[in-house]
Amino acid sequence: MFVVMAILVGALYAAALYLLLARSTVKLIFGLLLLGHAANLLIFSAGGLVRANPAIVHSDAEVPLPGYADPIPQALILTAIVISFAVLAFAAVLVKRAYVETGTDDSEEMRTTEQ
Amino acid sequence: MLIALPIIIPLLTACACLLFGHRARLQRALAVLGAFGLLVAAITLFVRVWTDGVQVLHVGGWQAPLGISLVADTLATLMVLVAAVIHLAVTIYSLENVDVRRHRYGYFAFLNVMLMGVCGAFLTGDLFNLYVWFEVMLIGSFVLLVLGGGRAQMEAGIKYVTVSLLSSALFLAGVGVIYGIAHTLNMAHLSERLAVAAETNPWLVVAVSVLLLLAFGIKAAVFPLHLWLPDTYRAPRPAVTAAFGALLTKTGVYALIRVFSVVLPPSDYLFELLAVIAGLTMVVGVLGAVAQSHIRHILNVHIVSQIGYMVMGVALLNASDAATRQLALAAAVVYMVHNMLVKTNLLMLSGVIQDLTGTERLSRLGGLLSRFPVLAVIFLVSALSLAGLPPSSGFWAKLGVIQAGFNAQAYVLTSIAVFVGLLTLLSMLKIWSEVFWKPAPEPPIKSPAIPADDTLGRGARRRVFLLAPSVALVVLSMAIGLFPQPLLATARRAANELLDRATPVASVAGNAPLSEFGRPDVEVHP
Repeated sequence: MFVVMAILVGALYAAALYLLLARSTVKLIFGLLLLGHAANLLIFSAGGLVRANPAIVHSDAEVPLPGYADPIPQALILTAIVISFAVLAFAAVLVKRAYVETGTDDSEEMRTTEQ
Repeated sequence: MLIALPIIIPLLTACACLLFGHRARLQRALAVLGAFGLLVAAITLFVRVWTDGVQVLHVGGWQAPLGISLVADTLATLMVLVAAVIHLAVTIYSLENVDVRRHRYGYFAFLNVMLMGVCGAFLTGDLFNLYVWFEVMLIGSFVLLVLGGGRAQMEAGIKYVTVSLLSSALFLAGVGVIYGIAHTLNMAHLSERLAVAAETNPWLVVAVSVLLLLAFGIKAAVFPLHLWLPDTYRAPRPAVTAAFGALLTKTGVYALIRVFSVVLPPSDYLFELLAVIAGLTMVVGVLGAVAQSHIRHILNVHIVSQIGYMVMGVALLNASDAATRQLALAAAVVYMVHNMLVKTNLLMLSGVIQDLTGTERLSRLGGLLSRFPVLAVIFLVSALSLAGLPPSSGFWAKLGVIQAGFNAQAYVLTSIAVFVGLLTLLSMLKIWSEVFWKPAPEPPIKSPAIPADDTLGRGARRRVFLLAPSVALVVLSMAIGLFPQPLLATARRAANELLDRATPVASVAGNAPLSEFGRPDVEVHP
């Protein structure tokens, strides 16, 4: 399972970087989206992959069954998802506004302020 | 409770400013009130920490390392205090420098959101929480950067958003892997666990350290990750640039200081890398400024160069004897405080010059000395302070860094620091003589170019709002220069707390020993 996750995370990072390097600002947003997913899956696997043993305390027990899945990485990912949702919503609006303002979605043409 | 106030006050101010966004006067009054409130809270917190030692707040009543803790040590409270001073200065300056339309669209609200993120990042004792505060700070700064629209701001916005989110994703990945290694995210707890992990699995720890170095390096704009800064900082209103220049990059440096002194186990490899980065950042920044022809652009590129000095302080933690390590860290802290005050001031003054003359281009400026003598004097004093001439705060800051460099026998790095200091002085004198000293260009500067919807016509009040913060910051910088002992003592104490790794652990853990927590039962795959 770890190998599959490792390959998946690597593929997501590769795709994200490829999209970030593209000239279109729309692809930029998708790149940032995939970047967030890759980081989240990395946290998920780094926290340890445990099957079919959620951190739930049964009614007749005091603590969860030993070897339960660590809930903290899941909490971290949940927070990160919410944050990236908000930030990407902003980025989408920004790209739209920039398109209206500059008339292009080509980042190579958005360099009038550079020297 | 007191510890959380520097986070709560900007939050409440932001909410109030959004609620009363349509009532311009009330909103401005609330913003100034909030900034004063933050300053009072920061001073109170600083005094408390100074007299009673490190303060810890376990948010929601959950003990560390299970819950998130806010840790107010000397470094954190000093940074909050300086941020509060900057915030007050920028808020008052923004009353006139930022137009009413931007006020209506939530300028003050997002300035406060950014401040909340900055104060949170300073005060948190949890690595993941640091990521969250960075995001809060970023969202505030995103809006401030693009507020008002226009092509330049949109282009800068896209660059800044991309680079910032890339940095955040790297940080997040680093945090995830650190959790995988240590099964904790509390910084004090991590300092114990990662030291153990570094012995069994050194390269994994180095890999994580490099991820964090990249993430904070982008935020702090160190070479070669600095190229986003000059392009984005020139776009917004000068008040926004002033706030960014003081707060955003310095939060990155603060994170570097905290993580590399407390959280990560010392590694020769990383400190040597940091030393190279510090030297190159100083040189590239100061040389980059030569090519610029606008006041604010020169000052922006100098931000990069100054960051190099602070990183140099961190890099010297590699020194063999404890006294040098303490001196280096204290020097980095003093440098940070000095640079926040002076850089904000210079950027605010460049905005005043732009408002008075309608241009920032050096070739079209000149002869302002006879027209605005007070402005000329304030600018000269600030510029010389940035360059490090006595008696100013910059002198003690540079002296500390260079002394630490000699003590650590890092002669190349120290020579670079001295040399770059000279070039900074030249650069500052160039700005000053071009803007104030040389005769006015032909054709003469037209009457002040100020947007039609701006709130003019109240000359005296306008001048007070634009110049009073600068005068206050200059006086503060000179006061530090003439009476450096309080700041130096504070910085030494902050450095001691960081370097004595037992202090944070003891103060955060309370009664329960930290090492009992965590989940060794889950097998971690390398």
